[in-house]
Amino acid sequence: MFAYIVRRLLYAIPILIGVNLLTFVLFFVVNSPDDMAVSQLGAKYVTPEAIENWKAKNGYDKPLFYNDAAGGLDAVTETIFFAKSVRLFAFDFGRSESGRDISTDVRRRMGPSLAVALPTFIVGIGVNICVALMVVMFHATRLDRAAVIVFVALMSISYLFYIIGGQYLVAKTWRLVPISGFHADGQVWKFLLLPVLVGVVAGIGAGARWYRTLFLEEANQDYVRTARAKGCSELAVLFRHILPNALIPILTGVVVLVPMLFMGSLLIESFFGIPGLGSYMLDAINSQDFAIVRSMVFIGSILYIVGLILTDISYTWADPRVRLS
Amino acid sequence: MKPVILWSDALIFLLVAALVLFFWRLRRDPQARERWRQVFASRLGMAAFTVIVAYVGVALLDSLHFRRALPPPEGVTTDEVFYDNQVTSVLDTLTAGMGERFERTYSAPFALRSFEKQTLKDEAGNTVRDFPPLRHAGASLDDPEDKWADVARRSAVALAWGLALAALLILPQWWLLRRSALPWGSSWWVQGVLACTAVWLVSISRHYHVLGTDLGGTDVLYQSLKGIRTGVLIGALSTLVMLPIAVTLGVSAGYFKGWVDDVVQYLYTTLSSIPGILLIAAAVLLFQVYIDLNPDAFPTGLEKADAKFIALCFILGVTSWSTLCRLIRAETLKISQLGYVQAAHAFGVSHGRILARHILPNTVHIILITFVLDFSALVLAEAVLSYIGVGVDPSMGSWGNMINGARSELSREPAIWWTLSGAFLFMFLLVLPANLFADLVRDAFDPRTRLGPEAA
Repeated sequence: MFAYIVRRLLYAIPILIGVNLLTFVLFFVVNSPDDMAVSQLGAKYVTPEAIENWKAKNGYDKPLFYNDAAGGLDAVTETIFFAKSVRLFAFDFGRSESGRDISTDVRRRMGPSLAVALPTFIVGIGVNICVALMVVMFHATRLDRAAVIVFVALMSISYLFYIIGGQYLVAKTWRLVPISGFHADGQVWKFLLLPVLVGVVAGIGAGARWYRTLFLEEANQDYVRTARAKGCSELAVLFRHILPNALIPILTGVVVLVPMLFMGSLLIESFFGIPGLGSYMLDAINSQDFAIVRSMVFIGSILYIVGLILTDISYTWADPRVRLS
Repeated sequence: MKPVILWSDALIFLLVAALVLFFWRLRRDPQARERWRQVFASRLGMAAFTVIVAYVGVALLDSLHFRRALPPPEGVTTDEVFYDNQVTSVLDTLTAGMGERFERTYSAPFALRSFEKQTLKDEAGNTVRDFPPLRHAGASLDDPEDKWADVARRSAVALAWGLALAALLILPQWWLLRRSALPWGSSWWVQGVLACTAVWLVSISRHYHVLGTDLGGTDVLYQSLKGIRTGVLIGALSTLVMLPIAVTLGVSAGYFKGWVDDVVQYLYTTLSSIPGILLIAAAVLLFQVYIDLNPDAFPTGLEKADAKFIALCFILGVTSWSTLCRLIRAETLKISQLGYVQAAHAFGVSHGRILARHILPNTVHIILITFVLDFSALVLAEAVLSYIGVGVDPSMGSWGNMINGARSELSREPAIWWTLSGAFLFMFLLVLPANLFADLVRDAFDPRTRLGPEAA
C-alpha cells in the first residue's frame, strides 16, 4: 500500500512537469513578455523604454530557457522558465502582476471557498441519494419515468439560472438572507445559506440521475433476488442490501472531487461575493493577471492528482476485494 | 445582393453535409438501422429530434449571410452597384425586420411605453416627466386601451396562417410516411406547434415587442433568435475539432499499446489535470492579445468576431478530448483482443486495414453518444464562458452575452426579467431535447455506458 502511494506520487511528477511546460508555453512563448507588457501598460503608453521597465520590474527581462550571458549554474537559473515555472514546485508562487503575494492570498481565500464548497458537497450527496432512493422504490412505474424526465429537465437548466433565480426569489422577493457578501463572524451562516442551497438544487438533476443508475445496477444483481426470495421487505432490500453495495461506486466516484473543493466554485463565489479562490481566479482572468492564473493551474492540477490517488485508496477501503500493488 | 461567406458559415454547412453523408452510409448497416429505429420508435425521441432539427434549421438560415444592394444615389446614373455595409442573414429577412425596430432603451413585453421616465414636452409646451411612447410598438393603435383586443385579433389571423403553413408542411410528409411504423405523429404535432408559434411571433412582433427590448433598445426576441446560431455552432464545431484528436489518439493507444499507449495516457492525464476553465480562459485571452496586436488580419468587426468565435470552438475542442479519448482507448483495447481481430492478424491483414475495417466501425457508438452528450454541455458552457468574459465576442448575439448584460437588472424595481427569460427559455428549449435525445441514443447504442456526476 505504502509502496503503491509512493509510486503514484512519483508518477505524478512527470504530469506536473507537463502541466508546467504547457502553461509556460501558453503564457510565455505564444504570448511573449513584450506582448504582456503592451497589454498590461495599455497601447497608449507603449514606448520601448516603458516595455523594458515593465519587464524589469516584473522579472521578465531574462531569456526564456537558457541564459548565455550568465555562467555556470546561473545559465539555467537566471531564466524566465526557472524564475516563473520551476519555483512553483517549491510552492513559491511569487507575486501577482499587481504586486501582491500569491501564497498569502491563496491561504487566506481557501477558508471561504471551503465554507461554501464543503457543505454544498455533503448536503448535495445526501439529498441526491435520498431522491434517487425514492425514485428507485418506484422503479418501472410512471412515477419513475416522470422522475427521469424531471432530472433531465433540471440538468438542462443553465447553472446561471439557478443562481440568478435563487437570488431573486430567496434574497430579493422573500428577503430571507442577504443577496451577497461574506462575514467571517457568527453571522456567517446567513451568507452561506443561499449559495449552498443553490449549489445543492443545481446538482440534483445530474446527481440523482447518476445515483439512480447505480442503484438500478445493483438491483439487478443475484443477491437482491435472493434477498427478495427469502422474503425481505422492499424497504429492507433497498436499505440493507442495495444501498451499502451501491456505496462503493458512489464513494469512488465522488472522492476524486474532494480535493477540488479547495478550489471553490467560480460562479457561486463571484455571484455571492464570497472572497474565495473561485472569485480569485475570476478576478485574475478579468484583469489578465497571468501570474495568478499560472499558480492556480498548478494548484488545481496537484489537487486533481491527489484526488486520483485518494480514489484508488478509497477503493481498497470500501471494497476489501481490491488490493493495490 | 452579394453573398458573404464567413468561416463559421462554411464550416457549419460542411458539418451538416458530413452528418447527412454519415447517416446515408449508415443506412447500409442493418445493426445500426435497427438501433436508430429504436431511438425513433419512442414518441419522445421523435419530438426531441424535431425540435433539434428546427434549431439547426434556424442556425443554418442565420448562417446564409449577404449584403443588400443599395439603391443608386439620387441623380447618379452608373452601372456600379453599391452594397450595404451591414451584413444580414436570411433569418433577418424572414423575421421581417424584427432586429431593425430599435427603441431608446428597456421596454416590457407588449408595452406601449418605455420602461424609464424621460423629460417630455406635452401639447401645451410644458415639460413633464413621463414614460415616452415607444417608436414601433402599437403604432397602428388609435387608443392604447385597444391593445389586447388588437393583439387577440392579430393572433387569430396569425394562427390561421400558422395552421395553413403547418398543413403545407405536414401533408406531404403524411402522404409519404403514412405506412411507416414509426410514431411520426408526435413529430407532426411538434412541427405544427413550431410553425404556428413561428408565424405568430413574426407577425405579432411587427407591431409589438413580444419579449420587450433590452438596454440598447434591441428586440429581445430577435436577440434570442440570433443566439440560436451561436449555440448550435459552438456545440457542433467544438465537437468537430475534438473528434479527430480523440479518435486518432484513442484508437492508436488502444491498438498499438506499448509506448504509444504510455504517451497518449500521459497526454490526457496531463490535460485533464489542468482545471478546464482556466485553460480555456488562458487560451482565449492569448488569442485576444493576438487579435489586438494584429489588427490588420481582421479588417471588419464581423470577421474579428467570427475569428474569435472559431478560435473559441477550437479551444473548447482541444481542451475537451480527453474523456472521449479514454473511452475509445478502453473500447479499442477490448476489441483488439477479440477473435476476429486476432484472425485478421493471422491472415496478415495490415494494421491500417484492421483499424479501418474492424476497430473504427465498432467505436462509432461511443463517438455518437459523446457527440450528442457534449453538444448540450457545450451550449450551457457558452453562457458560463460569456459570463466569465472569455466567451464569444460581445458584438455577436449569444444567450451568454444576453444573460451577462442583464444579470443585475433583476435587482431593479420593478425587475427587468424579460431579457433573462428570453435567453434562458431559448437555451432550455434546445438543451432539453438534446439531453433527452442523447439519453435515448445512449440507451439504444450502449446501455452499459456509465458516466460520473461531473461528466453528466
